[in-house]
Amino acid sequence: MITKEDVDHVALLGRLELTEEEREMYTRQLNDILEHFQALERLNTENVLPTAHVLPLKNVYREDWAGQHLSREEVLANGPDVEENCFKVPKIV
Amino acid sequence: MAQYETVIGLEVHVELKTRSKVFCDSTTEFGGDPNTHVCPVCLGLPGTLPVVNKTVVEYAIRAGLAINCSIAEFSKFDRKNYYYPDMPKNYQISQYDLPIALNGHLDIEVDGETRRIGITRLHMEEDTGKLVHQGTITTTPYSLVDYNRAGVPLIEIVSEPDLRSPEEARRYMEKLKAIMQYTGVSDCKMEEGSLRCDANISLRPASSTEFGTKTEIKNLNSFRALQRALAYEIERQTEVLEEGGRIVQETRTWDEGKGITLPLRSKEFAHDYRYLPDPDLVPMIIDREWVDDIRSSLPELPDDRRQRYIGEYGLPSYDAGILTDTKELADYFEDCVKAYPNPKVVSNWVMGDLTRLLNAGAVDITGCRIRPKQLASLLQLIDKGTISGKIAKTVFEEMFATGKEPEVIVKEKGLVQISDEGAIVAVVDKILADNPKSVEDFRAGKERALGFLVGQVMKATKGKANPDLVNRLLKEKLQ
Repeated sequence: MITKEDVDHVALLGRLELTEEEREMYTRQLNDILEHFQALERLNTENVLPTAHVLPLKNVYREDWAGQHLSREEVLANGPDVEENCFKVPKIV
Repeated sequence: MAQYETVIGLEVHVELKTRSKVFCDSTTEFGGDPNTHVCPVCLGLPGTLPVVNKTVVEYAIRAGLAINCSIAEFSKFDRKNYYYPDMPKNYQISQYDLPIALNGHLDIEVDGETRRIGITRLHMEEDTGKLVHQGTITTTPYSLVDYNRAGVPLIEIVSEPDLRSPEEARRYMEKLKAIMQYTGVSDCKMEEGSLRCDANISLRPASSTEFGTKTEIKNLNSFRALQRALAYEIERQTEVLEEGGRIVQETRTWDEGKGITLPLRSKEFAHDYRYLPDPDLVPMIIDREWVDDIRSSLPELPDDRRQRYIGEYGLPSYDAGILTDTKELADYFEDCVKAYPNPKVVSNWVMGDLTRLLNAGAVDITGCRIRPKQLASLLQLIDKGTISGKIAKTVFEEMFATGKEPEVIVKEKGLVQISDEGAIVAVVDKILADNPKSVEDFRAGKERALGFLVGQVMKATKGKANPDLVNRLLKEKLQ
């Protein structure tokens, strides 16, 4: 059961500002989703290992060689604010 | 006053010395202009796919074996979610419940006693970008982000809470650094941030077996900072407990300038990382043959090398410990011994005069201008009687300052030892004539007078007279 406090906590972790209506709406929607997935609880998973990956793949590696970089113009192109060739971000704490 | 026992556990981050980053082929080279060592993968752009650098896994296994860990048969990468702009993806790829290596240990020596420190786990992860603040993180109006370091491979080594003092913590970290350097997985340059440490510390009544509430100290980027920050935190926590207060579980940062730890506002560092298996990366099944291959290719590690110095070279345990503390110093020492096969004599010079000059000049052994062959040449000059042991120290200092060959310095400065008996006799006669009082004293049984006369002869020859010869000639004349 997801409470409004859980929603507040997750919103804080994601830096989301929610209105009272949104808090109620997300609490209801998240509970609906959770309920939907509760169908899985009907399965017996006692002898099933947790799934680490959905594809039957393992040991995919690359060799240790350095390659091409993006140009700095391309790198910074998506930054909303840039200073001294760095991404400029608001005060963190 | 109640007696408290200190409980410390360390989380040490070691940057691996690969060519490319852990999940992409951007270079790991240190420095570079901001945001020039990045590609779409380490920038976390949509549609990109990380692929594990095989050398990173190999190095992690090698490091794990060197600290006596078991290597996992099945391992995977997870996403660690947090809201902090040092990673462009808003998560860091790390390992959560199935790290590559588990249950190791290493031995440290403190006050002549060996202590075994448990290692909980070793896992692989990607390094973060670098934030530049104006002033400190709490006072800056905004921050600048350089992602060059984002995605550089790291291993994090987590110790058991087995450390009992700042001194032990320091020894543990020094030992870990030596082992990582010996295995060649990292250059461990603390000034470049390739070896970093966070410390967990709590106090408990000396009789208790339960842990007290801990704080985590971040930003410990030198051995000195580690030891000072822990000492400060012990003092702070003791004071709080003495006053009947409670320790708040929190993350604190070390302020090197002020010499204090300060709390970081806890809400931003909510330890709620919502780990999930990274769906972009597939699991690793670690082949036992691969592990065995890596195990058999491990180089000699500090403890073994130290034992060899004690057994093969006959050095005292303490000396062997210091010489093997860093790979560079041990390599230097051995190169000297190869060129001058008397380990005890070489050890005396390396641990004495060389260490003194290195410390005084704040120079690392790698920056030492005296090459091992040159030190050997100097020692041979003493053996041949070309210079005295005392003059050798002067030559050594000159070699250290200029990097010149000892033979050249001896020639340039006219320091060749005087072993011509006739020349010394002349000086001896003059000194005896000039110091009748001392001659009388000696004949009256005052042995110390001989020392004075030897000193006068050495002074008159600017230290170049062969001291054995001076002693013999003086004694002959005085009889």
